[in-house]
Amino acid sequence: MSEKGQTDKVTVNIDGKDVDVPTGITMIEAAEIAGKEVPHYCYHPKLSISGNCRMCLVEMGMPMRDRATGEPVMDDDGKQKIGWMPKPAIACNSKVSPGLHIKTDTDLVKDCRNGIMEFLLVNHPLDCPICDQAGECRLQEFATDYGRGFSRFIEEKNVKPKRTVLGPRVILDDERCILCSRCIRFMDEVADDPVLGFTERGSYSTLTCFPGKNLDSNYSLNTVDICPVGALTSRDFRFKMRVWFLKSVKSICTESSAGANTEVWQREGKIYRITPRRNDAVNDTWMTDSGRALYKQVEAENRLVQPKVNGGSASATEAVSAASKILKESDKIAVVASTHSSVEEQHFLSKLVRGKKAKVHAVAHLGEEDGLLLSADRTPNTRGAFITGLISELPSADLSALGSQIDAGEVDTVLAVHEDLAAVGLSDEQIDKVKLIQIATVSTPSAEKAAVLIPSLTVFERSGSFVNQQFRLQKFHAVVPGPAGLLSDLQVFASLAALTAGGVSESVRLKDAWDSLSSEIEELQGLQFRTIPDEGLAVPPGNFANIPFPEKKSLKFDSREFVREAMGVSEAS
Amino acid sequence: MSAGENRILFKNIDQPGYGRDIDSYMAAGGYETLKKAVGMKPEEICSEVMDSGIRGRGGAGFPAGMKWKFLDRKSGKPIYLVCNADESEPGTFKDRQIIYKDPHQLIEGMMISAYGTQTALAFIYIRGEMYEGARILEEAIEEARAKNFLGDNILGSGYSCDLIVHRGAGAYICGEETGLIESIEGKRPYPRIKPPYFPAVLGLYMCPTIVNNVETLCHVKHVIERGGKEYAKIGKPGNTGTRIWSVSGHVQKPGYYEIECGAMTYGELINDLCGGLRPGRKLKAIIPGGSSSKVLRADERFTGKLKDGTEFDWGVGDIPLDFDSPMAAGTMSGSGAVIVMDDSTDIVGALANINAFYAHESCGQCTPCREGSLWLKKVTARMIAGEAREEDADLLKSIADQIEGRTICAHGEATAWPVQSFILKFRDEFIEYARKQAAERKAKNAQPAAVA
Ligand SMILES: Cc1cc2nc3c(=O)[nH]c(=O)nc-3n(C[C@H](O)[C@H](O)[C@H](O)COP(=O)(O)O)c2cc1C
Ligand code: SF4
Ligand code: SF4
Ligand code: SF4
Ligand code: FES
Repeated sequence: MSEKGQTDKVTVNIDGKDVDVPTGITMIEAAEIAGKEVPHYCYHPKLSISGNCRMCLVEMGMPMRDRATGEPVMDDDGKQKIGWMPKPAIACNSKVSPGLHIKTDTDLVKDCRNGIMEFLLVNHPLDCPICDQAGECRLQEFATDYGRGFSRFIEEKNVKPKRTVLGPRVILDDERCILCSRCIRFMDEVADDPVLGFTERGSYSTLTCFPGKNLDSNYSLNTVDICPVGALTSRDFRFKMRVWFLKSVKSICTESSAGANTEVWQREGKIYRITPRRNDAVNDTWMTDSGRALYKQVEAENRLVQPKVNGGSASATEAVSAASKILKESDKIAVVASTHSSVEEQHFLSKLVRGKKAKVHAVAHLGEEDGLLLSADRTPNTRGAFITGLISELPSADLSALGSQIDAGEVDTVLAVHEDLAAVGLSDEQIDKVKLIQIATVSTPSAEKAAVLIPSLTVFERSGSFVNQQFRLQKFHAVVPGPAGLLSDLQVFASLAALTAGGVSESVRLKDAWDSLSSEIEELQGLQFRTIPDEGLAVPPGNFANIPFPEKKSLKFDSREFVREAMGVSEAS
Repeated sequence: MSAGENRILFKNIDQPGYGRDIDSYMAAGGYETLKKAVGMKPEEICSEVMDSGIRGRGGAGFPAGMKWKFLDRKSGKPIYLVCNADESEPGTFKDRQIIYKDPHQLIEGMMISAYGTQTALAFIYIRGEMYEGARILEEAIEEARAKNFLGDNILGSGYSCDLIVHRGAGAYICGEETGLIESIEGKRPYPRIKPPYFPAVLGLYMCPTIVNNVETLCHVKHVIERGGKEYAKIGKPGNTGTRIWSVSGHVQKPGYYEIECGAMTYGELINDLCGGLRPGRKLKAIIPGGSSSKVLRADERFTGKLKDGTEFDWGVGDIPLDFDSPMAAGTMSGSGAVIVMDDSTDIVGALANINAFYAHESCGQCTPCREGSLWLKKVTARMIAGEAREEDADLLKSIADQIEGRTICAHGEATAWPVQSFILKFRDEFIEYARKQAAERKAKNAQPAAVA
């Protein structure tokens, strides 16, 4: 897999300096390693090369060899002569090779960039003051860095459609489009739903959807991300906020066990958008549209903010102590665990489970795989629940087993985490028979019946880690504060574990969780939250690799290959 | 046939009683060379073509034998042969004579070439506007198929190859070979980036592909008929065979003329074959090889050394009609289209016309050509509309300089060269043009004041 690392290196010469770079990379990437920016528009590391913007033109040379003999041609100093190409070459198209020479700072290269910038701007509208891309626009940036700073164009600009609705989530301003074809290539090559194309020709070329088609793929918003200008905008984000006011926090998409890496953008406690964060081992530079909408749960209409004990309002601490009393009094407890909980939360919950010898149930949330970044397991942390010992069997389809235990009188108290019991198979009578402690973010009929109701925080309001389908431990950080007065699940579980064991409730931090996680759990030995890299960390799956998890294949994950690798079995011929 | 012509390809064309049907063609010895060819080894065909030194007639003048040699035969993929019959370069009207009047010559040339390269399937990509030509080709192909000159087991040789006519939809860029290939594949004719998409390696359907011009493929027939070395005696070294020149513009007898390479000069072509200029007119300029080639001014002189070391000192009329000589004069013979302009020509108007063409035909894929070509057009359109500025001359040149050498395909050069050469050679006229307009405007604005 991609983590094996490239060890092969070649030496190339960039602006007069020799640099060792990995084989197989493009001249653009090599220049970047040498600290030289080669401006570009159409090139995208995860898409095919189209070579149309011509912004990346550089001078390129190769060591000379005699045509007839193949012998190197030497100069007077005994060095191999460099044969410079007569024309500038695009840096996005050529891979590095030994002895390759690149010049990125000559007069010719500067003149090329000047020229391209001027050309890109002659028919470009002066929309920056009202353009959503302003502040993160490559056209603005490169015009400043590489442009002439004045225009020689006095003719009429082309007129094109300004607001074409391409699909439910994306809108197009054709005048701003610089025709780089990134969006077209993405829909064709990654989303496998080729609905975009150009019509007309020359400078009148116009991006559009094919007749009768819609840009309605669940990946459509990636086109907005990769559009280097403000031509494609998100209908959700459009005109809402200037990007330079937003701050981003690294997070993980909880939509499925794929665990796409994300950035969540907020200002003054309000989230405005979610974008993918590049991780070549997980999601490349992509994420689903549906995953981007998840921030809306923060402001959901049925969001729970008031802890309750027996239907009456209480403080969060009071609710926790009421819950601990109920738990203490029973030895017929069942915990409905959640694979939405973080590793840290699951760890404390499993302490409680062990202390009270509670029965554990978990419900599977499955859906159809799309082969990309929406995996069959629609929860982010089933692997974590195994690793922390919270569960030892795959979550079941529903809670009918718990229902039978209630009917048989084997369970009289239920601690339900993030599950709406009625929705996952318990009847009203069964729910009425038990003392219910409900932890949830949104209200449901059965939550309203709980003896103790503890409102919980969304993923955007807490920090922690998940283990995705690849057994990759990935951390997420709180983006915005949660509703006032609420406790984190981490704190709730830690307190309940302590109180039911006869101890006292103390305030816990992630570090406390990791101090015990790293000493108690073999797979996590020696780890601390802060030492988990931003791009995550592969955890040895050990025997868990044998479990028939529901995921089959996605962008970076193939269950069969995974099991083979985890077991150390080489590919059978 | 006019004196001075040497008609090989056009031997039968326009002859009284000669029709385009297969009987006419065969009565004149048609398809005998194909019979000869299938008795030879394919490699022999290729080496004869190599020996003939024949260069491509589509524009770039690349040696055909060499191109065939580049075919990637190790890949094991099928090989395709495509005849470029898109003939769209303004001024060019030679290929269509063959298609409309002697289609079997092309078919024979193609089937010999197909056999030589061991092509699996051959195509004729014909310009969309020539729908009658496409129909004629279809008809001829059926005639040839009936006689087993193409199709299965051609003339019992064991070699099979079919020929498909593919019509374009009216875009000049479909003549660019990789754009053409995309077009056959059913896509927009966006020229491909090279590397890696050299047709001989990754061409049609990512298989090794040869693209040759109509005239080039017809020459192959005559190469095999005579033998490569014998054919090479026509013309001169490096510039072998005959070429068909399409002459248009201000001459008495515009038309197509087949001339042995190097046997005549531009001056002789214009004055002798084409009957000279119109009465009382003087030559102003020649576009020597299609509208994309660099213009030559009537009073220019060209001096230097040819590849073989001979020195030359030419006026425009002295430039020999071949491949290398126009190149030595800083332009090119391109598609062999000679556009003659006499002293009545509005040079700004002429460039405006050319600019409009290349702006209309830019595929729009890459920035310099897409934006530059339309900008050029807008500037010259404004100039001829009466709003010329003195600085426009240098602006035009600078825009063209920002295009040349920086694009995906040679349409960039085709756009830039006319502009660069018109400004280089007629800069004073462009500036004078603006001054005159300014003076006229001034006079006009002054008038009401004088009345009041
Ligand atoms: C913009 C452009 C248009 C072209 N149009 C034609 C054309 O109409 N016919 C043609 O034979 N070659 C045309 N060419 C040249 C072809 O790309 C190619 O070089 C030629 O077909 C090769 O054939 P040849 O080697 O027999 O000359 C064009 C090239 C460019 C860049
Ligand atoms: S795309 Fe960029 S340059 Fe164009 S209007 Fe928007 S911010 Fe300005
Ligand atoms: S809409 Fe954006 S991504 Fe798509 S071609 Fe235009 S500039 Fe490129
Ligand atoms: S040079 Fe012009 S015609 Fe050729 S690919 Fe670029 S835009 Fe298209
Ligand atoms: S990045 Fe666009 S041509 Fe290289």
